Amino acid sequence: MDLSAFLKAGELAPMTQAPHWRPGVGGARHSEVFAGGREAAGAAAALALALDEAGERLGERSVLWVQDAAALKLGGRPYRPGLPEPLRDRLIHVVAKTPEDFLFALEEGLRCRDFAFVIGELAVNPRALDLTASRRLGLVTEKHGVPLMLVRLDARRDLSSARMRWQVRSAASPMPRWNAFAPGPPAWHAELFRARAHAPGEWILRDDGPVLAADRLASPPPDHGDLAVAAGDRSLAAG
Amino acid sequence: MAIWLSRLAIDRWRLAETCAPGEGADAEPLALTAETAHGPRIEAANDAGLAAGARPGMRLADARALCPRLKTAPGDPAGDRAFLEALALWAQRWGPWSALDEPDGLLVDVSAVAHLFGGEARLLADAQATFARRGLTARLAIAPTAGAAWALAHFGPERAILAPDDDAAEHLASLPVAALRLGDAVLTVLRRLGLKRIGQLGEIGRDALRRRFRNRSSEVNPLLRLDQLLGRVAEPLLPVVAVPDPLVQRRLMEPIRYRQLLDRVLADLAADMARTLEDRALGARRLELGLWRVDGEVIVRRLEFAAATRDPAHIARLFADKLDDIDAGFGIELLRLRALWTEPLALVQGDIEAPPAQGTSLAECVDRLTVRLGEKAVRRPVLHASHLPERAQRWQPPLAPEPASQGQLAFHQRPLKLLDRPELIAVLYATPDGFPQRFRWRGQVHDIVRVEGPERIAPEWWREKSTVRLRDYYRIEDREGRRYWIYRHGLAGDGRGGAPEWFLQGLCA
Repeated sequence: MDLSAFLKAGELAPMTQAPHWRPGVGGARHSEVFAGGREAAGAAAALALALDEAGERLGERSVLWVQDAAALKLGGRPYRPGLPEPLRDRLIHVVAKTPEDFLFALEEGLRCRDFAFVIGELAVNPRALDLTASRRLGLVTEKHGVPLMLVRLDARRDLSSARMRWQVRSAASPMPRWNAFAPGPPAWHAELFRARAHAPGEWILRDDGPVLAADRLASPPPDHGDLAVAAGDRSLAAG
Repeated sequence: MAIWLSRLAIDRWRLAETCAPGEGADAEPLALTAETAHGPRIEAANDAGLAAGARPGMRLADARALCPRLKTAPGDPAGDRAFLEALALWAQRWGPWSALDEPDGLLVDVSAVAHLFGGEARLLADAQATFARRGLTARLAIAPTAGAAWALAHFGPERAILAPDDDAAEHLASLPVAALRLGDAVLTVLRRLGLKRIGQLGEIGRDALRRRFRNRSSEVNPLLRLDQLLGRVAEPLLPVVAVPDPLVQRRLMEPIRYRQLLDRVLADLAADMARTLEDRALGARRLELGLWRVDGEVIVRRLEFAAATRDPAHIARLFADKLDDIDAGFGIELLRLRALWTEPLALVQGDIEAPPAQGTSLAECVDRLTVRLGEKAVRRPVLHASHLPERAQRWQPPLAPEPASQGQLAFHQRPLKLLDRPELIAVLYATPDGFPQRFRWRGQVHDIVRVEGPERIAPEWWREKSTVRLRDYYRIEDREGRRYWIYRHGLAGDGRGGAPEWFLQGLCA
């Protein structure tokens, strides 16, 4: 039997690995962005990613931004003059007092065909947002086709059914054109740590004019999942 | 028939005080005033006030000089106008339609009606008595044209009647020219010309008048007014028509006590309302649901929509959210749904080729969010003309039209998010006026590596006190790349407080 016709193991490996994410790929309707509460990087990166994904869908549609009271206290309200240009005249803002109201507002927003996407901003890990609630949101986005970006401020990485989960923090901004001492256009360090269709990786995201630019950083060590952490130094087979 | 309520404002005030003419509060001299640029001015005065020397149009200070005891109350022109509108509808008891004659008169069409009251004289007597019973002073007159009736009501004898076959010009010749309903400026001109009576206008000839008064507007053209008075020119009047609110109700044979049945009846009511609105091509913006309990208690729930709608499912669903806390007691026997505010909403043809729409529309979504979270929770940011960052943005209902605003200058970058209240930070700097180097916010120290500023924003002196300090804004980035918007409140040694404090106001993208 001639084995030379079959692929070698080394050649097979890159094919089984999922492709890396890049701007404009889209596809994920339900994403989560984890970020610190001391900076606006989470919301900013979520807006940039959502705008990148919305593309054609944006059209004349409005955008819903839901904040719960804790997130509002932590990071303030959206400020229209500082919003990305395409969003300034189409933002509808909702303040929810409790996490339950927050989830209700998200779900109603996702059911509405006149929204381009929905941004939710939620602080820490409320009991109301468990796997069931997350799965419920995921089903609504799949059914109605409105993408959801959930920004989690100061939150643990708990169980969730989100298709893509990002960890975002601010990155040093590139040099602005005129004033070398001034902060430049925003940049964020984004780590994709869970994704169904993509391999995990790290990127530096930038707003490059109208589109989102992403520079991929050197690939991190392979991720064995939480199982490997739990196993410690022992071999997995040893149980 | 023209009705002139010569003391409308005073009569309304007196009815509100519930005192008879010349008794109680009305016995004291009193004037109703309006605020003007030159201080309060008298709009109307009661009998005692008039006797004491107060005249409409006088400054209050002058009237007080004549009569120091003069009491005042604020006038209410908007209330008078609303009262007059209600009165115009009420006056339709004497004729099929009526019109407003602002500010204090009514015109009622009584053509071919008088015989129902036993003749014109008895009609006028009936009207006079009815107004007197309501406590309103009225002067009335009947004439073939609105202009003639108005002239007789204001300047003619009591309850004057001008029959159709009388010679109007002859009967009205002795009235003053003010009876022509002209503006003050034209009356002054006529007085200077020596024309005091309507009869004198006829004597000098039409051509002379036409040459002198060329304006086509009837209020400043005596010739046109004269023609209207005598019926040579048509004078259109705008009738007052009562539009009843769309209302549907269900009386129940058996009082309901359970939520399931209530929802069922509510759905029926919503369907009835949708049909009623559809007949008139209207959509509801505000609905009121009244629930009458067996023991006479009335429970009222109101609902406001972001856009006009008559979708029964949507209405029933939103009301269902508001009925959770209802106490039915021994049962609810009557439900009434009323549309308090409606807007035109035309019937539309559905597109047979388009697939059925998925999900809800924007207006429906906003309604659902508003009903559960409250009106204040669902809003849209709009620009406002102000230098101060927190004032440059206002919040309004999501579907309200956006106010006109000037384009924004793109010189300065603004933060993505603004804290509701700027937070105090401790800042380390090389010199008081120099760049900040390090700051502590919420218990953590940030090293500043890049700064842009200052952008100086002065207080709005036309709005605030002179001691408010200016702000120097800096856009900064710390060692970890986090970007903030901070400001120094005041300058060292500006004489408006101690050492300037620093605040963090915004979080940049």
